[in-house]
Amino acid sequence: MSWWNPTDVGRATRALLVDLGRGARLFVRLLASLGTTLQRGRLIVDQVHFLGNHSLAIITVSGLFVGFVLGLQGYYTLQRYGSAEALGLLVALSLVRELGPVVTALLFAGRAGTSLTAEIGLMKAGEQLAAMEMMAVDPVQRVLAPRFWGGVIAMPLLAAVFSAVGIVGGYLVGVPLIGIDAGGFWSQMQGGVDVFKDVGNGIVKSFVFGLTVSFVALLQGYTCQPTPEGVSRATTRTVVIASLAVLALDFVLTAMMFSV
Amino acid sequence: MQASKHDLWVGLFVMVGAAAVLFLALKAGNLLSLNFEDSYEVTARFDNIGGLKKGAAVKSAGVVVGRVAAIGFDATTYQASVQLDVEKRFTFPKDSSAKILTAGLLGEQYIGIEPGAEEKLLAAGDRITSTQSAVVLENLISQFLFNQASQAGSDEGAKK
Repeated sequence: MSWWNPTDVGRATRALLVDLGRGARLFVRLLASLGTTLQRGRLIVDQVHFLGNHSLAIITVSGLFVGFVLGLQGYYTLQRYGSAEALGLLVALSLVRELGPVVTALLFAGRAGTSLTAEIGLMKAGEQLAAMEMMAVDPVQRVLAPRFWGGVIAMPLLAAVFSAVGIVGGYLVGVPLIGIDAGGFWSQMQGGVDVFKDVGNGIVKSFVFGLTVSFVALLQGYTCQPTPEGVSRATTRTVVIASLAVLALDFVLTAMMFSV
Repeated sequence: MQASKHDLWVGLFVMVGAAAVLFLALKAGNLLSLNFEDSYEVTARFDNIGGLKKGAAVKSAGVVVGRVAAIGFDATTYQASVQLDVEKRFTFPKDSSAKILTAGLLGEQYIGIEPGAEEKLLAAGDRITSTQSAVVLENLISQFLFNQASQAGSDEGAKK
């Protein structure tokens, strides 16, 4: 009953290091593939359509409801201090700086990341990737890179849509429903939201999250066990790892950007 | 580049995303109030700037005429030296005064310029000499308390 057998620990550590090295190598290859992928625009367009357009519905609806809730909860807190007009500022700042990029990335991992992993994993299980290699076609260049850059392009756009719709949602709850003054709502928002510090950094965040989620999804698909069970496990791991990575990176990015 | 049957929809998606960024920048953010106009720089020294921050508004008669460009500490006079970027189209007499004011009870602090009467105008690099520092709440309260105490003391003295 010695589950902590030193040999096992050593083997696990080595396996971990091998995985890490393989992941880093794939990441560098994906980044380096930017030039060749951009020349094959059609592949990227198809992936942006698959990852972006099809996620638009879930992003819009979630953004609207997050905006609604922020409006109600923010009003509940702010009216205690008699500053209900600051609701616009509160809704806009929380969406643009934090909730927009993070919630979009989590939804993107669930909606698009899983499908990426399953697709690549099934391609691997069906030996399609191996067949490509036999024909001297690099599957990383032909299959993985367009999906990666498609996700990286789609993610900031989705996050911006999420934030914009959320602000409209906050407006709908705050102004017509609760009866806050519309002028105060917008002018406080415009007075307090900085284009570069808040909106710009939010976009940078969502770009980084796009890189993270797409990469994790592709890595899990590319390195999964080529069996039905392996693909299902890889899909689960995509959601778990991508979500954790997004939340951890969010803390690091926030600490770096907003420390001033 | 080959055409894809998704081109139209992807184009629409990119348009929606760009529109959202534009909405965030223009409607939610302050892109419209950023000014790219020519400005000239004047400095002012204050005994105490309170909570004034870089980028705070410079107002005259309540209208924004510029921004605070930089805040520094003058080690020879032990005062804060504040650089103000005032838009070129607004000119002020040389004897104008600068005050640090607060918007509302808990609002942000800004600099208010009150125009003087001299015919010469402030030019780039000039210094506004007559300034009024920020009101620090603690000082006000302690003044008030000391007044109260001394009044009470003198009242008791009068009774005896």
